[in-house]
Amino acid sequence: MEARTVRDDPDAGADVDGEDTKTRDPDRDRGWSSRSRHVVLPRVALGVVLLVLASLPLFLAPYPIGLAGRMLAFALLVISVDLLTGVTGMPTLGQVAYFGTGAYTAGLVGIHITDNGFVQVAAGVGAAAVLALFTGAIAVRTSGIVFLMVTLAIGELVHQVADSLSVVGASNGLAGIPAVTLVPGGEPLLLAGYVYWWVLGVFLVGLLVAYLVLKSPLGRSMRGVRDGEQRLHAIGQHTYPVKLAAYVVAGGIAGAAGTAWVAQTRFFSPGDLGFDVAAFALLSVVLGGAGTLWGPAIGAAVVVLVRDWLSAYVDGKGALMLGVLFVVAVYTLPRGIAGARWRRRSATGRDTA
Amino acid sequence: METQVRHRKGHRMTSTSAAGAGDDILVLEELTLRYGALAAVDHVSLRVRRGGRHALIGPNGAGKSSLFSVVAGTQRATEGTVFFDGQDVSGLTEVGRARVGLVRTFQHSSLFLGMSVLDNARLAVERAEGSPKRPWPNPRRDRRITEAALRHIGSVGLTDRKEALCGALSHGERRQLEVGLVLACNPSLVLFDEPTAGMSAAETERFSEVVESLPAEITTVVVEHDLDVVFRLADRISVLSAGRLIADGTPEEVRADEAVREAYLGKPRSEEPLFGTVA
Ligand SMILES: Nc1ncnc2c1ncn2[C@@H]1O[C@H](COP(=O)(O)OP(=O)(O)OP(=O)(O)O)[C@@H](O)[C@H]1O
Ligand SMILES: [Mg+2]
Repeated sequence: MEARTVRDDPDAGADVDGEDTKTRDPDRDRGWSSRSRHVVLPRVALGVVLLVLASLPLFLAPYPIGLAGRMLAFALLVISVDLLTGVTGMPTLGQVAYFGTGAYTAGLVGIHITDNGFVQVAAGVGAAAVLALFTGAIAVRTSGIVFLMVTLAIGELVHQVADSLSVVGASNGLAGIPAVTLVPGGEPLLLAGYVYWWVLGVFLVGLLVAYLVLKSPLGRSMRGVRDGEQRLHAIGQHTYPVKLAAYVVAGGIAGAAGTAWVAQTRFFSPGDLGFDVAAFALLSVVLGGAGTLWGPAIGAAVVVLVRDWLSAYVDGKGALMLGVLFVVAVYTLPRGIAGARWRRRSATGRDTA
Repeated sequence: METQVRHRKGHRMTSTSAAGAGDDILVLEELTLRYGALAAVDHVSLRVRRGGRHALIGPNGAGKSSLFSVVAGTQRATEGTVFFDGQDVSGLTEVGRARVGLVRTFQHSSLFLGMSVLDNARLAVERAEGSPKRPWPNPRRDRRITEAALRHIGSVGLTDRKEALCGALSHGERRQLEVGLVLACNPSLVLFDEPTAGMSAAETERFSEVVESLPAEITTVVVEHDLDVVFRLADRISVLSAGRLIADGTPEEVRADEAVREAYLGKPRSEEPLFGTVA
């Protein structure tokens, strides 16, 4: 799925119309080899990635499996950041607010109401989306650096509230969250592998939602906002509702990421939605390549890997290593991991122009 | 002949009450736009007939683009009223005016550069069909939108380039896409601001054909420096100079008009570099 998206992103109409009208397209002229590059290869790649992701619990020990689960949850958060930053052109530091809301809501539901995972996800997504609606109503009136500052403030505000609210454990964090179950009265998912599959499921559904939004008229309007709000006005489209809709969708997805995270860790503290998480999420988007889905997801995986795993071997210098990584990335991959190929492709398009 | 050309030297047009009535899709009354002390548009009163092919000409800096901006709502008029289709739209925003069918293009092409040609057109079609915020794909409706978008792309000759990223288009192709984009908005009045600037001769020819083949329900006003295009397309010409409307009439009347010759046409072509593009 991630692989398909970036292929289709610049020409999302590719699926809608027949092949016969495409003969003049420069990339299509190369016949089968080009077709395999554009249609078959991404699907194969997608299948392989899914297979690898799904089979990880079969050959990884519990600790790396837990790391992989956190990676997926963080990747979903990063995708929500990218929906605003890369797709709609609104760089944000505030998605941790909705990530935290989703996580705390799911945790509280788990402790006080039900350990059913589906209910927890629904509650977490709903709470995050509602918060996104109210905060976004103000935030999306601004743009650019002001928007970045407003979202930073929203993130810090939720952080402060979480830090002082005793019902969510204040600065000690919310502990004692039971393992999720899938059916009422069913077995709780205690084994790391099962929990990972649950997180993977939430991740894939969130990714699917993001993918469908990108393919929808809303997704096109969002990219329209990024490319020219003024032009959008001139064709009769208010940009405020588009931005607010994007904000709520992104907030809901960040909430889903939070529920996945808390299902994995069964603990959530204010530190999990701190400024550094927001910054890492934004940097993952930059590292992976803004505007696509799979690029930022890979960026997120790299960031978590460096911060949580590699840093264990170099005496907790994770932040320093991330800094070095970003400097290197900015110089070698100005458009991120996803941009490396994308750039070459658009260059071919221009040659024949 | 001379009597039909309204010289605007001091005395003003009146008849506010007739503004909504009948044949005129656009009526401007005493429209003024000031940038500080400079009146870029200076008490312009003008009527555009429904289905008309209107041209707006004038030297550089005459205020043509500024007039378009206040008519389309990109900028608020300092004074005056815009009646569109019988309604006073002075209070509407640019978005509101576009929605009732009054759309414009920009002198410096302004497109969604990060999106494909097809997606640019689809964006406009989706707006006109009323589903620009649907957050999920709907194969049947999306197919209809794509078909409509392809029609508009085809009408400006960009079918071959529909998958191309807009940012990769040539200058002329961008101007063509801009025409396609406003036509996809389902307009009843289009204001084209120098649509052929930067187009090749063949592209200019195609633009002329597109305008000529538009249905009568679509009225066009074209700002154009290429007088061959003006005299080919327009059935009525208004002349703006230093923010004021100095003449308004049929092409023959305007061609014969002394004030226009003096202010504008009388200049040798070499002094107006933009006249150089002859189709
Ligand atoms: N944003 C602005 N601020 C101040 N003055 C402006 C602004 N925009 C335009 N002007 C001035 O208003 C006058 C009219 O400009 P306008 O662009 O409308 O002319 P035009 O007839 O479209 O000229 P051209 O043929 O060069 O496109 C010019 O003197 C210009 O310098
Ligand atoms: Mg102009």
